[in-house]
Amino acid sequence: MSDNVRLIEVKENILDDNEKVAAALRARLKEEKTFLVNLMASPGAGKTSTVIQTTARLKEAFNIGVLEADIDSMVDAEKVAATGITAIQMRTGGFCHLDASMVGDGLDAIGSQDFDLILLENVGNLVCPAEFDTGSALNAMILSVPEGDDKPLKYPLMFSVCEVVLINKIDTCEHFDFDRARFEEGVKKVNPSCTLFDISCRTGEGIDAWVAWLKERTKAHNA
Amino acid sequence: MHELPVMNGILRVVMKHAAMNRVTKVAAIQLRVGKLSDLEEKWMQHYFDYLTQGTVADGAKLEIEWGDVVMRCAGCDREFTTEPHTEAFGICPHCKGKGGKILSGKEYYVKNMVAL
Ligand SMILES: Nc1nc2c(ncn2[C@@H]2O[C@H](COP(=O)(O)OP(=O)(O)O)[C@@H](O)[C@H]2O)c(=O)[nH]1
Ligand SMILES: [Mg+2]
Repeated sequence: MSDNVRLIEVKENILDDNEKVAAALRARLKEEKTFLVNLMASPGAGKTSTVIQTTARLKEAFNIGVLEADIDSMVDAEKVAATGITAIQMRTGGFCHLDASMVGDGLDAIGSQDFDLILLENVGNLVCPAEFDTGSALNAMILSVPEGDDKPLKYPLMFSVCEVVLINKIDTCEHFDFDRARFEEGVKKVNPSCTLFDISCRTGEGIDAWVAWLKERTKAHNA
Repeated sequence: MHELPVMNGILRVVMKHAAMNRVTKVAAIQLRVGKLSDLEEKWMQHYFDYLTQGTVADGAKLEIEWGDVVMRCAGCDREFTTEPHTEAFGICPHCKGKGGKILSGKEYYVKNMVAL
């Protein structure tokens, strides 16, 4: 190397900044006794449907808020608000994911301290949201049967960061060659302690079991 | 789509260190990117070129080293390196156990930069 060329040591992980903001949010939400759930899935997997089914069963037990982050659309927030749940649409500016500071703005806008449970519908996509910690106390993902049982192998990072996976549209199983055992094996490969629930937002099958689990987790967090 | 925010993050770190070291031109940036990242080298450079126009990092070349995926086996507790998107992914070579905790492979790490 010639004299006028310098090697400068940087040694920085670019996700560190986001992780710091996320950790601060988590501490704040713990203090406020607000359980934040980050819901991730492909577009159309059933995020909004799951939010509606879940809040319908928990609205007596908890004060629930919903943050919607679907790209440039008010539709989901309106759908949720129509069920009597406080929902706000976040502005993601066409981003492929939410980062912790955007979530912080959303929590300020909704007034997170007033809620026991906040469901965050992340941008529909299995890649980017997996890399950005939102500050949630629980990462949950929804995989719908028509998407196929090979998704954990294609998107290992997403399945590795979620504590719970909901297999939605279980009512459609007979129409697709979805191998439930193969799917579970793929999830457990990158996440041995992951909890799975089979649900259908269409028939209501399995929703009660998921909701009971979520209720316990919310209570434990806010205790 | 995802390349843009990630490359923006890299540029932010580079600009900070360029200012600290009074650099007038950045020739190259050495990165380590975990193999679990779905980013492609070609697109990373493409977006980076777009973002750096008119900055001290204009024209800087990205030198990417792909970081291995390391897991800790849930069965025998030993660490192993595993190749994503292959049949053997996530299978422990020691005990043949399927799966464990991912220890590394998702980093976006700026190691060094070469400056003029
Ligand atoms: N058959 C079936 N359809 C469902 C189920 N859950 C959601 N859907 C449908 O799937 C489509 C997308 O659902 P939505 O909740 O908007 O998905 P999102 O894009 O992830 O928010 C809608 O037409 C839903 O009615 C289910 O359990 N079974
Ligand atoms: Mg939706």
